[in-house]
Amino acid sequence: MDLSSINPVLLIASLMVSATPILLAALGELVVEKSGVLNLGVEGMMITGAICGFAIGVNTGSPVLGFMFAAICGALLSLAFGILTQYLLSNQVATGLGLTLVGLGLSSLIGKPYEGIKSPTLQKMELPILSDIPIVGPMLFSHDPMVYFSVALVAATWAVLKYSRAGLILRAVGESHDAAHALGYKVVRIRLLAILFGGACAGLAGAYISLVRVPQWTEGMTAGAGWIALAIVVFASWKPWRVLIGAYLFGGVTVLQLNLQAAGAKVPIEVLSMSPYLITIAVLVIISARGNHGAPAALGKIFHASR
Amino acid sequence: MKRRTLLASAAVALALTGTAFADGHGKTKVGFVFVGPVGDGGWTYEHNKGRLAVEEAFGDKVETVFQESVPEGADSERVMTQMALSGADLIFTTSFGYMDPTINVAKKFPDVKFEHATGYKQADNVSVYSARFYEGRAVQGHIAGKMTKTNKVGYIASFPIPEVIRGINSAFIHAKKVNPDVEFSIVWAYTWFDPAKEADAAQALIEQGADVILQHTDSTAPQAAAEAAGGVITFGQASDMAEFGPMPRVSSIIDDWAPYYIDRVQAVMDGTWTSTSTWDGIGPGMVKIGEISDAVPADVKEEALAMVAALGDGSYHAFTGPINKQDGSAWLAEGETADDGTLAGMSFYVEGITGEIPN
Repeated sequence: MDLSSINPVLLIASLMVSATPILLAALGELVVEKSGVLNLGVEGMMITGAICGFAIGVNTGSPVLGFMFAAICGALLSLAFGILTQYLLSNQVATGLGLTLVGLGLSSLIGKPYEGIKSPTLQKMELPILSDIPIVGPMLFSHDPMVYFSVALVAATWAVLKYSRAGLILRAVGESHDAAHALGYKVVRIRLLAILFGGACAGLAGAYISLVRVPQWTEGMTAGAGWIALAIVVFASWKPWRVLIGAYLFGGVTVLQLNLQAAGAKVPIEVLSMSPYLITIAVLVIISARGNHGAPAALGKIFHASR
Repeated sequence: MKRRTLLASAAVALALTGTAFADGHGKTKVGFVFVGPVGDGGWTYEHNKGRLAVEEAFGDKVETVFQESVPEGADSERVMTQMALSGADLIFTTSFGYMDPTINVAKKFPDVKFEHATGYKQADNVSVYSARFYEGRAVQGHIAGKMTKTNKVGYIASFPIPEVIRGINSAFIHAKKVNPDVEFSIVWAYTWFDPAKEADAAQALIEQGADVILQHTDSTAPQAAAEAAGGVITFGQASDMAEFGPMPRVSSIIDDWAPYYIDRVQAVMDGTWTSTSTWDGIGPGMVKIGEISDAVPADVKEEALAMVAALGDGSYHAFTGPINKQDGSAWLAEGETADDGTLAGMSFYVEGITGEIPN
């Protein structure tokens, strides 16, 4: 085994790329859950975003348009979830699972003509000055724009949730929708906006896989990333910066696993392959053993003004 | 009891229609079971080209049906049964993992002919066919050994089955022959087709200094990863993947199934179909070497072409001794060539490859 052949700079650089989809999706879901809604349809919205973004990217030749359209598609799909759960008061868990199934089916239907096509992809954006710093430059500052965008979105989400009035209202709705309603806030409308944000983020996450990371379209290509995103929200105890840590940790283990194999580590491949999942489970167990989850009090509860 | 009679008569009726078709009284129906999507640009894409060639060759006399992205295992059995029930006369199952399902379904439909690719289990109505991809791997190994500057060749392997291990050994032997310092890094992806994983694997290998990526998975994702990295060469797998040439794709192994498929369909139509075992290489044209691009130096290209010719006319065998097994024990003596039996069940690395075959 020759571990010296693993270059930490490149490892961290590819870890950031590998983690970006789950980071975006988890961040969207965090906002949704902060408003008290549990949307288990992340996987479905991601895969729909992946194919919509890819289709537009291929047809227009512009990955940026692809990303925008992916966000719109993800949001539209989440709107269906929003109407069902917020206005028709359906069960959030069942509706979310249904959304995943719909998304997987819909995407493979739309995707048939796009199999085996190359797509335009985002160019790397070397940040001036910063990317010239030795070691740190190539590690952190020579990525494609979506990587920076995802990190900026973490900061923005954190700031809005913590310091702004809008964030306070969102959190109030998530903690006690009855109290928020009594204060005159439009609970359903606020939740719907949060759901749309979550859908858009999941759409972007999917498009990042089909337009940048692979870049190609295949049926079911998100391969469970949406579920990991859901786990990361819990892992992060509903805090944006911890979502970033969780996503990078997960991305890191996945990339490290392949690197160890390439370096000829004498660890059974099956163990390496399941290590990301094992670590996620272990952390979840530790967090729940501590007791304080930080979950929004009204998470998953149905709100109706008359009750 | 009644139901059983009904089922039995239905089966008889089905069998009768089956033979009627085979006698040429109607269209011959040919089914194809694919492991990936027909648009994968690799393995399944080439099998589908073979299917289209069958349609072209026989026109109205033939009807083809296919099912893509069929998981290996129980699902494939269901798909094959469905095809057989809907009156297929001949069914091609085109992945190693369909071996046992094919045998199982074939037992239930003795009048339907089956053809299983890359397996080793034959039956009265099950033929096996495969191509000697390892001959192509030998050529790749030669070019890889000559062209690598880092002396590190990355190999994205799919599953630890004889076909894949043969490929690794053949490529390694020929790379080592021209470049004693060459090393192989092998990553097992445990999938035939998962672009995200294949791309990540290629990325990991490139980051660790590999400047040649060989793949035994079906998508073009590793090609795209190599193109993005720059300065890395790859080879088209199963299909030409010419859209990635002249760099990173410098050559390719192309599987040409069309002549075989047309032959076998003809045999069913004539009623001369018998269970056979076919394993053809460069000579009969089942394996083709895609155009060697200008990124390869002229002398290397010439040597590679000479090897292709020698493999084709049988004057050279890709596994010619002396070759030792990984543990150092002798396998082939000087000048001895490997027999097909050993090759078909190959489950060991040759001397010089590091790492273990996972089981």
